[in-house]
Amino acid sequence: MSEQLNSGDKKPEFWRWQETCWVDETKDWRSAKAVTVGIDVGSVSSQCVIVADGELYAYNSMRTGNNSPDSARNAFKGVTEKTGLTLNDVHMVVGTGYGRVNVPFSHKAITEIACHARGANYMGGNKVRTILDMGGQDCKAIHCDDKGKVTNFLMNDKCAAGTGRGMEVISDLMQIPIAELGPRSFEVDQEPEAVSSVCVVFAKSEALALLKAGYTKNKVIAAYCQAMAERVVSLLERIGVEEGFFITGGIAKNPGVVKRIEKLLGIEAMNTKIDSQIAGALGAALFANTLVQKQGPLAPIAA
Amino acid sequence: MIANYGYKDGSGEYYISIDTDKCISCEAGRACLTGCPKGMFETMVDDYDDEVVQIKQQFRRNLAYDCADCKPASSRPPLPCITACTPGAIAHSW
Repeated sequence: MSEQLNSGDKKPEFWRWQETCWVDETKDWRSAKAVTVGIDVGSVSSQCVIVADGELYAYNSMRTGNNSPDSARNAFKGVTEKTGLTLNDVHMVVGTGYGRVNVPFSHKAITEIACHARGANYMGGNKVRTILDMGGQDCKAIHCDDKGKVTNFLMNDKCAAGTGRGMEVISDLMQIPIAELGPRSFEVDQEPEAVSSVCVVFAKSEALALLKAGYTKNKVIAAYCQAMAERVVSLLERIGVEEGFFITGGIAKNPGVVKRIEKLLGIEAMNTKIDSQIAGALGAALFANTLVQKQGPLAPIAA
Repeated sequence: MIANYGYKDGSGEYYISIDTDKCISCEAGRACLTGCPKGMFETMVDDYDDEVVQIKQQFRRNLAYDCADCKPASSRPPLPCITACTPGAIAHSW
């Protein structure tokens, strides 16, 4: 009987990361000449960024739902509720990310590669040259020039190793909230060998084997963070890493992976005060702003 | 821009690189489109509004297998895509 009652209890979601909605209270979109929106519908998270006269004004970052159009609408709705903005007040919308062609109210779709480069250029300044975007289900290494234009890129979307989804799997397996994985990966007496860096499924079974062999959870997490770092570093090395190294995407918030990447590359990632997860949507909104300057505002498309 | 299409897995790295700066004003008349026996190349307008060539989506995760016919283990002839692309925009990583 008690089992039946307990079966209704909600299972703890260790993988669930913090959704955020932010508005710059010092600005007012009503006084801006150009208000543009970038929507990044990723495989795991969706973001909406509002740019007013080329400056970041507001954003909303949330988990992607079971269909791209609704995810785009919900991401936009989150910001509108806080700002009072409607689609009629927006001069252009650009969609990006995995679901970019399914943003019902976007005027144009631009790849996340170009958008992340543009967003990183805004967040890190014109010294950014090498960008690592660690997304939900893929990972990209990008080179850009001082204007944020892509000069070289490489993407791995064939497997989930080295991605946010891989980290979520380990979080659930270890039953440790995803935000704690990074700090806990440093709480080890000795840095362990990396687990399989090729496949997240193998890594999961290997992590279980390590637990059975007597590894602490922290040590397994450290081994997984190291594997993820090795995985993305091999991707980066293929296109080469230059000074001005910037990490975007959700994994940029995980110091356990970031510090290990820095150690392997021998280079420090640039810091930013802006949420690294919004880089794609921010880049899309900045592209929209440039297009408004060139072409003028466009009529809204119904959501 | 150098666009790398392909992947890395347990068996190796399989990337086809396209230098789109050489591709924009193609001097070979887009010969790669017909040069590849599998028809893996297609034209597209990139994010900066330039017409360039890319690898079709359905081939990007199977390059090791799809290119295998052009890459015999011995007596390897010049690759038809690289031969067709006289501006030298196409390169293989393996």
